[in-house]
Amino acid sequence: MKVWFYRLGSPKWFYDIAGRCLPWLAWSALLLIAIGTVWGLVFAPADYQQGNSFRIMYIHVPTAFLAQSCYLMMAVAAVISLVWKMKLCDLVIVAAAPLGAAFTFLALFTGAVWGKPTWGTWWVWDARLTAMLILLFLYFGVIALQHAIQDKVASARATAVLILVGVVNIPIIKYSVEWWNTLHQPPSFKLTEKPAMPSEMWLPLLVMVLGFYCFFAAVLFMRTRNEILDRERRTKWVRELVQKVSSR
Amino acid sequence: MSMPQSISSVFMAILRRDMLLAFRRRQDLANPLVFFVIAVSLFPLGVSPEKSFLAEAGAGIVWVAALLATLLSLDGLFRSDFEDGSLEQLVLSPSPLYAIVLAKILVHWLVTGLPLILLSPILGLMMYLSSDQIVLLGLTLLLGTPVLSLVGAIGAALTVGLRVGGVLISLLVLPLYIPVLIFGAGTVNAAASGLSVAGYLALLGAFFMLALVLAPLAAAAALRISMTNS
Repeated sequence: MKVWFYRLGSPKWFYDIAGRCLPWLAWSALLLIAIGTVWGLVFAPADYQQGNSFRIMYIHVPTAFLAQSCYLMMAVAAVISLVWKMKLCDLVIVAAAPLGAAFTFLALFTGAVWGKPTWGTWWVWDARLTAMLILLFLYFGVIALQHAIQDKVASARATAVLILVGVVNIPIIKYSVEWWNTLHQPPSFKLTEKPAMPSEMWLPLLVMVLGFYCFFAAVLFMRTRNEILDRERRTKWVRELVQKVSSR
Repeated sequence: MSMPQSISSVFMAILRRDMLLAFRRRQDLANPLVFFVIAVSLFPLGVSPEKSFLAEAGAGIVWVAALLATLLSLDGLFRSDFEDGSLEQLVLSPSPLYAIVLAKILVHWLVTGLPLILLSPILGLMMYLSSDQIVLLGLTLLLGTPVLSLVGAIGAALTVGLRVGGVLISLLVLPLYIPVLIFGAGTVNAAASGLSVAGYLALLGAFFMLALVLAPLAAAAALRISMTNS
């Protein structure tokens, strides 16, 4: 266990492992998203109230899941980075922040597009929407702080503190639909209960969610590998790698 | 070598020193307050001077202006100490940085938050708030402005060594201020529509307690990071 933990801290080891996982993740993401899209958009039955407009759910729900998961993952990485000073975690945070911001924006955007036909308005100031907007601002703050501090080590540690302070927002987003009476519907998935939707509707959604997670992991691995190469460019193994590639 | 001093004596020493420094620069003390009053008076001029609008939006306007005034004053929280090197000595000192940071935050609240609360009744009158609402507004500000100072200190500590400090602090801190704003202004609006405010006040109090315990920790950690960076 301990050896494994130390290995994880080594950027070179992660670079190799991530490179080996990458094709699997990328292909499963492509496959799952393709299946989920066709299944959800073509074969799933139309909603008896919302008609076909509910189908944007197949994009909206996965992006919203990822927006929060990405922040939680960054928070875990921030704890590890602050406690054990693991360099890899700093790189993961740098790689993940713009991704999280993008997914949060997509969740808000698809939510607005979905809101127009169902609620009759692009935007309402209800608890969950506001909390997601705050999450987007938090991502912006993290990215801004990352770029404002020149020194990479100090930048990573400062960002980690900021991420941990912002974690208070995550439970607020998660439970906002249960604590307050909001326009936004309660969560579609719960671990403990069966979804209220018929299975023809939620199975493609599950496929889409899994596909988006694979996609996120694939892009995150690619970006982290880039960061590793950039940060370790003076080390021997990166030089050898570059020479091997350029001599090919 | 002198013995490490007790925490309370360190706390009081920092408190006395920072209050003295603050009162040596009286203009800096007045600036956020003048901004507060001007910002509030922009809303009747820019949106509507109607009594019906102001009575409804007044509490929110005062809250937003108080929040922005606090934000403007945050950059100075650690900066002058950072520039003359005394912050480095404070970070290096054997006394817990938590107490030192808490004392500095308390001074910040005493010289910006407290005057804002004292000014709020006048602005409440200008916004046509009823006397009950004005009392409630003062109460929510009393619970809320310490949170603004405490959370703001984290942002100030993270950006103290940076040249772009001012704008960056807003970006870091404003998202964290939003819940306080929602419940602060929400209390007065709930009272205006005849709802019970106990829950709102309890939540504001909970924010205050949470920030009081955790924010100085985060700010102290951020200060250490900023000092190693510079």
